[in-house]
Amino acid sequence: MYFSEKTQKESLKLKSIWQDKVENTLKTNPDQKERFSTVSDLEIKRLYTPEDIKDTNFEQHIGVPGDFPYLRGNQVTGYRGGYWTFRMFAGMGSAKDTNERWRMLLREGQTGLSTAFDFPTLMGYDSDSPKCLGEVGKCGVAIDTLEDFLALMKDIPMDQVTTSMTINPPATVLWAMYCAAAEINGVPLTKIGGTIQNDMLKEFIAQKTFMCPPGPSVKLISDTVEFGTKYVPRWNTISISGYHIREAGATAVQELAFTLRDGIEYVEDVVRRKGLSVDEFAPRLSFFFNSHIDFFEEVCKFRAARRMWAKIMRDRFGAKNPRSLWMRFHTQTAGCSLTAQQPYNNVVRTTMEALAAVLGGTQSLHTNSLDEVLCLPSEHAVEIALRTQQILAEETGVVNTTDPLAGSYFVEALTNEIEEKAWEYIEKIDGMGGMIAAIEKGFPQMEIADSAYKFQRQLESKEKIMVGMNKYVTDAKHSIPLIEIDEKIGEEQIKRLKDVRRKRDNRATKKSLDDIKNACRKGTNVMPYCIEAVKNMATQQEICDIYREVYGEYRDPGLY
Amino acid sequence: METIKKICEGNVRAASRLIRDLEDKLPHARPRLRQLFKHTGKSFIIGITGSPGAGKSTLTDALIAELRKLSKTVGVLAVDPTSPFTGGAILGDRVRMLRHAEDEGVFIRSLATRGALGGLSQAAGDAIHVMEAMGKDVIIVETVGIGQQEIDIINHAHSVIVVMVPGMGDEIQSMKAGILEIADVFAINKADRAGAKQLHTELASLLNSAPQSAGAWRPPIVMIENLYEPLTFVEQTAELAQKVAEHYAYLQESGQLDKRTERRAMMQINDALRACIMEPVIDNLTASGELQYLAEKIKNREIDPYSVAEEISKRFLKSGGINDIDKK
Amino acid sequence: MPDRKIRVMVAKPGLDGHDRGARILARCFRDAGFEVIYTGCHQTPEQIAAAAIQEDVDLVGLSCLSGAHRLLFPRVVELLRKKDASDITVIGGGIIPEADFTMLYEAGIKAIFTPGATLDSIVEWIRNNIKTHD
Repeated sequence: MYFSEKTQKESLKLKSIWQDKVENTLKTNPDQKERFSTVSDLEIKRLYTPEDIKDTNFEQHIGVPGDFPYLRGNQVTGYRGGYWTFRMFAGMGSAKDTNERWRMLLREGQTGLSTAFDFPTLMGYDSDSPKCLGEVGKCGVAIDTLEDFLALMKDIPMDQVTTSMTINPPATVLWAMYCAAAEINGVPLTKIGGTIQNDMLKEFIAQKTFMCPPGPSVKLISDTVEFGTKYVPRWNTISISGYHIREAGATAVQELAFTLRDGIEYVEDVVRRKGLSVDEFAPRLSFFFNSHIDFFEEVCKFRAARRMWAKIMRDRFGAKNPRSLWMRFHTQTAGCSLTAQQPYNNVVRTTMEALAAVLGGTQSLHTNSLDEVLCLPSEHAVEIALRTQQILAEETGVVNTTDPLAGSYFVEALTNEIEEKAWEYIEKIDGMGGMIAAIEKGFPQMEIADSAYKFQRQLESKEKIMVGMNKYVTDAKHSIPLIEIDEKIGEEQIKRLKDVRRKRDNRATKKSLDDIKNACRKGTNVMPYCIEAVKNMATQQEICDIYREVYGEYRDPGLY
Repeated sequence: METIKKICEGNVRAASRLIRDLEDKLPHARPRLRQLFKHTGKSFIIGITGSPGAGKSTLTDALIAELRKLSKTVGVLAVDPTSPFTGGAILGDRVRMLRHAEDEGVFIRSLATRGALGGLSQAAGDAIHVMEAMGKDVIIVETVGIGQQEIDIINHAHSVIVVMVPGMGDEIQSMKAGILEIADVFAINKADRAGAKQLHTELASLLNSAPQSAGAWRPPIVMIENLYEPLTFVEQTAELAQKVAEHYAYLQESGQLDKRTERRAMMQINDALRACIMEPVIDNLTASGELQYLAEKIKNREIDPYSVAEEISKRFLKSGGINDIDKK
Repeated sequence: MPDRKIRVMVAKPGLDGHDRGARILARCFRDAGFEVIYTGCHQTPEQIAAAAIQEDVDLVGLSCLSGAHRLLFPRVVELLRKKDASDITVIGGGIIPEADFTMLYEAGIKAIFTPGATLDSIVEWIRNNIKTHD
């Protein structure tokens, strides 16, 4: 018991007195609405008291930072020893353009790089594929060959800066390029650090950037985990992502549950397929969450996530190494919470969301730029977003103590509630035979579609409010300077690609592509062959086409 | 006339418009269909049915691919349910067939069930006629589930594939409830899942227990495993196509094709009677408010439904009533 | 005249998979009583135009969030025109800067709905603006 019997009795007594007063007050001064709920539609009570956390045990359920159940953070000293990593997602146009933006960000005090690739790269197509009409360089940087990648990394100290790459189906290829670039720049694989997103399950569930079917997609991911464990020890080979699940319209509980269940699926596959013990690779698993606008719901979600993962690793997988129990996560503020109308309001939203992430104990943070709902962020907008993080860290004092919201009746009760609801989903998916089976049934996809539709209806009925969009609407145009990507970038990129194809040793390229095909057929690890192939200037589509040929192509089942 | 000519030349625009006009019951549509009728009757019609989520659309997609290898032109009619609450429908079957979207030899049309007053079979029958007139070699009709409506639709087909998946539990039960009679080929889809062998065994023993006359067709069972094992999947769906082709050959050789065509004709008469007699009568009674009035009277036990029917038939049918038709 | 059932297609051209909006719209159109053909993600303009004609829809709603709308949307209109189907109304949505509106209208896109447009307003626009065929 968390509270003495005396406290509990008093709290019950006081609560009942208060309850009577509430009834009286409501008669003359009714509430503004019938029901108060989070953005995810979790109903919130009028008041929380010791009664709401009477079964919560300090030692077992709350504890201290750096110790099981890690509710309060992984690090013993919180942010005192170091802030979270300020990591801004950036990428646009050609590799050279992005390289320039990166160097600007590093000069401005950013401490890690984060790569946005364009859609052709994300989907495993070369820039000259007929499927890429109008897409090259639009939403990120276009990478076709190692030559592009070397231009991307030009003058970036690869042994000092960690790089995160948001890449999924072709993750093996882009990571192979990173490894090859490091070798060429004289940096050993043991010295490079960073993250590849490499989380295919959430693609089937939410973001729909897919190439091969779920089974072989998970196999390729296990290849990277194995390769990283053996040769690239500072690399996070999967970033198990809830961000996109949330953006697709999931609730906080769904985001948490589906993400953790994805994590379970990956761990099971690596253990089964590669024969590694969890403690060999689990410390390098990382997570990626969304920080949405509902402040307390988000803080509680992050806290619950840490506690749940620690339990999963300890109880389900028998991990012994404390680091295996750590849930380390990157956070991005919610793109879907921003409005195109009155875009400067987005700075305020992002600030609140960033604060929730920090109070939730994130390891790394991307703050959205105010114009991100309209276009790729402009340099000025990115700067404001980065400064937002710096102000939180350096001025507000929220870093002074670790997990400052702990112990609040409301926060602990909501943390428990979110956790319980997430376990229910996890058990349900276990019952279906795991996440791949659930995806094949369309279960998480349909749950998310239901939530998204419900939220949209709540917006239309004004049960939920987005300022500037469905309330406090003005006709005034807030014109902000927008970035536009020149259509010429595509043409230039295609020219570069053709040059590389012409100049390379085609026999060597073909031989290394055949080696990848053999590895796929035999089920051996593709990573060493990918590194060889990209060095021989195989294009990323050439490698992905082998995957498509051997593993088949996944098509959108069009669930709604 | 222009429309008829265009449709017979295979014009997709004209054909899809006429199908829609027929669904929407536009007055000019039915006369056009009558003009088209003489151009129909040459296509091989395959019905494919099974529970929701059984993978019918995916198998249809694979069948299209097999038929295209043989240079057969294909029409597909994909039936999805209409929401009973809003009258709207999301028609998502063609998503699984999009790789054929640009192939001019393939015409895919989605059809919503639009209520349950027995019009579905008619709408499907009409659409099949239009596709036949377009000159499609093969027409595949895909329906959800195994209710009476679906069985009616399936009666338009020459060969019927019933798709089953392991682990749904009630499959065999529903088989006993009537699907057994209409299946010519069984496909056990997702057969890499647990329970597939058992389903196969149960199905085979059920088929064995059915009375068999010498030389009669025995519905084969085709096992189709994971869609995402491209090599085996193509092999197994090719086998499915092969079995359907064998059934067609059997129908031709045994003279059964004629019987199936007759079955279809019966269905068509049934549908046409409903469309030409029942519907106008009901519409008429509804519009005048008489239907409501009669329902009240039956409710209050002032009159019985058969007397109502006889009275109405005397009014609407010149021959003098349903009883007279019965006697002839 | 009998009621024409409104038939629409919701399509996602291009490579982006952000289908939240498209899926919400598909449901909303169903709830408005329309028959909706939903294509799923990653469709080429050729696939979309061919499907629109086979399904005889009144309207095609295109959703694109990758910035490729400038090329993809006009291409759908052009393909429909070539196939004698310019009576099919094409509208667009997604992340579309206002600077592109004129260009898209000139290319034959009849309306553009960006984030913040209500579902009801889109349904109403469709009811008022599609050419109902007789």
